[in-house]
Amino acid sequence: MSESLSIESHSSAPLHPVKEFWLYFCENKGALVGLCFIIFIVIVALMAHYIAPHGPFEQYRDAILTPPAWMEGGTWTYPLGTDDVGRDMLSRLIHGARLSLLVGAIVVTISLAAGILLGIVSGYVGGYLETMIMRLMDIMLALPSLLLAMAIVTILGPSLENAILAIAVVILPHYVRLTRAAAISEKAKDYVTASRVCGAGAFRLMFIVILPNCMAPLIVQATLSFSTAILDAAALGFLGMGAQPPIPEWGAMLANALQFVQRAWWVVTFPGLAIFFTVLAFNLAGDGLRDALDPKLKR
Amino acid sequence: MIIPTFIGMTLLTFALIHLVPGDPVELIAGERGITPERHAILRAELGLDKPLIVQYGNYVWDIFHGNLGKSIITKQPVFKEFLTLFPATMELSFFAMIFAITLGLPAGIIASVKRGSFFDHSVMGLSLAGYSMPIFWWGLLMILFFSVFLGWTPVSGRLSALFWIDADTGFMLIDTLKSNEKGTFISAVRHLILPSIVLGTIPLAVIARMTRSAMLEVLTEDYVRTARAKGLSPSRVIMIHALRNALIPVITVIGLQTGVLLAGAILTETIFAWPGVGKWIVESINRRDYPAVQGGILLISSLVILVNLGVDMLYGVVNPRIRYNK
Repeated sequence: MSESLSIESHSSAPLHPVKEFWLYFCENKGALVGLCFIIFIVIVALMAHYIAPHGPFEQYRDAILTPPAWMEGGTWTYPLGTDDVGRDMLSRLIHGARLSLLVGAIVVTISLAAGILLGIVSGYVGGYLETMIMRLMDIMLALPSLLLAMAIVTILGPSLENAILAIAVVILPHYVRLTRAAAISEKAKDYVTASRVCGAGAFRLMFIVILPNCMAPLIVQATLSFSTAILDAAALGFLGMGAQPPIPEWGAMLANALQFVQRAWWVVTFPGLAIFFTVLAFNLAGDGLRDALDPKLKR
Repeated sequence: MIIPTFIGMTLLTFALIHLVPGDPVELIAGERGITPERHAILRAELGLDKPLIVQYGNYVWDIFHGNLGKSIITKQPVFKEFLTLFPATMELSFFAMIFAITLGLPAGIIASVKRGSFFDHSVMGLSLAGYSMPIFWWGLLMILFFSVFLGWTPVSGRLSALFWIDADTGFMLIDTLKSNEKGTFISAVRHLILPSIVLGTIPLAVIARMTRSAMLEVLTEDYVRTARAKGLSPSRVIMIHALRNALIPVITVIGLQTGVLLAGAILTETIFAWPGVGKWIVESINRRDYPAVQGGILLISSLVILVNLGVDMLYGVVNPRIRYNK
């Protein structure tokens, strides 16, 4: 019996899960491009101090609204031009990458942690507690997310930290629902019953037995909400309810750009491009992850 | 579900005014300061000296009587301000949705029928791009290109400053048609084009994606094959047999997008200086006009919930299988 098994596994050895996942992920070219761009942005953000030609707050009074280098009047001292108080656009964008990634990372960490906790408890315990948590989440989902974030920022006061907190609260319900749904379907399975029979406690059952098997949809959601977080933080920054000037946050950089639309298109264009490409990269990678992790789509 | 949601919302907006740092009375009094006696009188007038639960009860009571308080800045009732501004937002959202549906549905249908083609790939790529678009920047780009570079459309507002018309209905297109002045209608349309496109971009992307995937699912079903085997023309099979079933998830998405649309209106109206409720809420937050913020958030979220309820009811019309039993 054991012999036949080993022969079979030799003839068509199942791939290591990580390898298999990578194979599926690579099939999706868009996801690969997205991943490359994410790696690029992460490197830029980490090395910001070394890459950026100027400080993000340094004002060159003699070079206000200089156009980008390839245009008439531009110099390579300021490759992407300067803004209305003579700060180098490129340096600000590079330092902004740091903020945006940080916003994404903190938001996802907070809401993922809280979402898993609330979701798995409500899925595992059920009953009155579950109804209460899920009703609350339904209410939060019924409100438009930007509006809810704005309400929270109004209460807490405008700043980048409060914007992060507000966005984390706004995307929390998605995690709670996902975790709960996965936990409920896993709870009924034999392996959970088996470890309960073995004497595993509620805590062990929830976080060590059930949770690892709920992770696939959560990882996908985490990637996708990374982009939501960056986008919402930029929107709040744009409205003056997130990062406050002179912080080089991409959305806040656009906040007063409207008045330069006529004279300096580069002030308007580049921060938006940075937001757009970063968000697009995370969405592409998230789609690829979903396809690679979803067992239903596997051939 | 609608009642607990509504209660939750009133709790949120009620908490909003009580959690903001600072004393609401001092906020009203302004920077000049206030005597302790006057302070106490104002507190009593506003009902702030009563227990929280009583205050909440009064708040809900007032809501059901259409009283959402008065704006601190303009001293106008919040509900009235909302009503005068709301038609502008509705007009904008309506045309944004029309734009999204008229482009998104056909794009999704053609993409699903020609699966794997160049058209399909471009639709999917563009819709992902649209979905990732920061719409406040998209609006700036559109202004940069169409208004500044090409000079085709005006930069902001609802009507050229050259005209003055009476706001009967608040819907600029209707008002301009009613006024017999020449050129006002054209001006209103020109002002409406860019904001509608900008606001409609994300719903467009979502609708196109959803239509495509719903159609792909339906097209593999047996009854579609039967319809083909009967010898019906491909267009009849697609437009009548398949589309009807594919529309069910699409309608859900359109309903859900209404919430996105109203939130997007906040950004779009700010960029285009469109005098609607979105811009009003942003301004109220910046001016610390909390009663206005409170009322605005409550009214917009109630609207979103009502629209979602309407979508639920539409299901029965589109899909007889889940028609509610009476």
